[in-house]
Amino acid sequence: MDLINNLALGFGVAFTLQNLVYAFIGCLLGTLIGVLPGIGPLATIAMLLPATYGLPPVAALIMLAGIYYGAQYGGSTTAILVNLPGESSSVVTVIDGYQMARKGRAGPALAAAGLGSFFAGCVGTLILAGFAAPLTELALEFGPAEYFSLMIVGLIGAVVLASGSLLKALAMIVLGLLLGLVGTDVNSGVARYSFDIPELTDGISFLAIAMGVFGYGEIIQNLSHPDEKREVFTGKVNGIMPTAEDFKNMIPAVLRGTALGSALGILPGGGALLSAFTAYTIEKKTKLKPGEVPFGQGNIRGVAAPESANNAGSQTSFIPLLTLGIPPNAVMALMVGAMTIHNIQPGPQVMTSNPELFWGLIASMWIGNLMLVVLNLPLIGIWIKLLTVPYKWLFPAIVLFCSIGVYSTNNNSFDIWMVALFGLIGYGFIKLGCEPAPLLLGLILGPMMEEYLRRALLISRGDWSVFVTRPLSASLLVVAAVLLFIVLMPSVKKKREEAFVED
Amino acid sequence: MAFASQKDFVSGLMFMAVGGAFAWGAVNYEIGNAARMGPGYFPFMLGLILVLLGVLVTFNAFKSGPPGGDKIGALAWRPLVFILGANLLFGALLVGIPAFGLPAFGLIVAIFGLVIMAGYAREGAKLKESVILAAILAAGSYLAFVKLLNLQFPVLPWFLAN
Repeated sequence: MDLINNLALGFGVAFTLQNLVYAFIGCLLGTLIGVLPGIGPLATIAMLLPATYGLPPVAALIMLAGIYYGAQYGGSTTAILVNLPGESSSVVTVIDGYQMARKGRAGPALAAAGLGSFFAGCVGTLILAGFAAPLTELALEFGPAEYFSLMIVGLIGAVVLASGSLLKALAMIVLGLLLGLVGTDVNSGVARYSFDIPELTDGISFLAIAMGVFGYGEIIQNLSHPDEKREVFTGKVNGIMPTAEDFKNMIPAVLRGTALGSALGILPGGGALLSAFTAYTIEKKTKLKPGEVPFGQGNIRGVAAPESANNAGSQTSFIPLLTLGIPPNAVMALMVGAMTIHNIQPGPQVMTSNPELFWGLIASMWIGNLMLVVLNLPLIGIWIKLLTVPYKWLFPAIVLFCSIGVYSTNNNSFDIWMVALFGLIGYGFIKLGCEPAPLLLGLILGPMMEEYLRRALLISRGDWSVFVTRPLSASLLVVAAVLLFIVLMPSVKKKREEAFVED
Repeated sequence: MAFASQKDFVSGLMFMAVGGAFAWGAVNYEIGNAARMGPGYFPFMLGLILVLLGVLVTFNAFKSGPPGGDKIGALAWRPLVFILGANLLFGALLVGIPAFGLPAFGLIVAIFGLVIMAGYAREGAKLKESVILAAILAAGSYLAFVKLLNLQFPVLPWFLAN
């Protein structure tokens, strides 16, 4: 069989002692850097990229895969422990993960994220190996209209996630979309809303907004309560591993998340982020078992599903990268850069002209995932110790890492001023009861949505009906409408408000 | 007139103002039409949607809300000023502000500045504790970011750097 032969070839390349060591080092470094609050996978990979320059191509790619998975897992760890999403796809992990940590269940949350990711990574790798070629054809069916409709589905999904008023969540999305448009318009070259500030022509950095709104806003809010009233973590940590009950709840969630992530990851543009959001939305729609913790208050499924989806999605998002040469997100764009440095041009020719490399990379991704679990399950105990550090020492450190993190991504002090500005805005959002997560999603999707809308309407000569006459696009819009309808149904609306009542 | 939700009322006004500002700004760019969108088309559309949503939010603020009027409450000036101030101080000390004639003091001084200032965001802050924490973080950051990761920071103040 082709698949077995190919994978055997790949593992033959990847399973040398030297390459395993590189995978381990990559994972270790990725985790150590990625776990620092405010430094997500993008910044981590950017920082560690130079470390791989001197290696042979296969070893370098293996190490990069290790760094990538390590950084991603490190980012989830920070999201769970200190409520700081280091990257967009862990925005949803924060919701239930942080609540679990507050209740002394950080261990199971981290284990669920790790094990779920590993399982999803295995499945994703198999799918990547088996279906790379045929799946590419499906992705090609997606025209601009379909992409636009898909993003509408993603954004409506984000509304379902937000707590509090639906209208405000919608408004926050639109606000995010608008903020995403700041910077140079790719079509006309006009610098929009940049007030003649050169730094703003590149757009507002995602990191600056995420750190300002989630990091600083949250710290200021926390400090506004007197010491004794401030939310403290339950002193005792109830076990590191999930209980049998947890596993029972987790497994279906992991399976659903993996399936969803594998499917959505193939679409360039959405990938990990959309699948994490959608997976969480779907978990929330399933019925709670009697006695199960509601979502938003620390349900383990709320961690396991998006983390699995996110990992499966990032695995299968290699498909458009390796087969079409299109990087689906910023991290993948960096990987393309790394590959080009090693004289590998991602694209359809890699699979045929350089089979050892192609299959070696696929095998190394699986190894990267494995290393992650091997490395991180024992480390969970150490990460949890982080929580016992008193808040008065933790918060100046978080402020510091945020500042260093934004500065080091561009080596520009302008981003430091931006974090302060968005910290102020973020505190304003908290005061006004506006949920910031949808804003972040809108921010990322803004430029893409405009681009696809523009292309779709250009092809249709300005005819808006193109979104409903193309069957794939129409069905996506129906999904969005149904989602919105479900949330607005009086019975669901009431339940949703109950679920989000502040504790 | 009594609000059911003061928070929603102010949020609605905020959305209207921001949406209006974006839409107004978009008019300065070429709008174009659906088939050939100019740079102003999409932001203009979104700005109007945001204004509309803002109107709805404001309107709803009179209708429903949690009991007690959902007051915004007092601002936490102390943490607000000290946290954001610490961040700004860090940036200013790290690279300096040439426009104000402030030279770069480098990473180490900047870390001390940030940690000590941020410490005062808490009631009952102790200078000694902040200095110790700053020393630990400065040493750790130097090792991790400068030595290990080789990030490009101005480390020492300008008068020691050369």
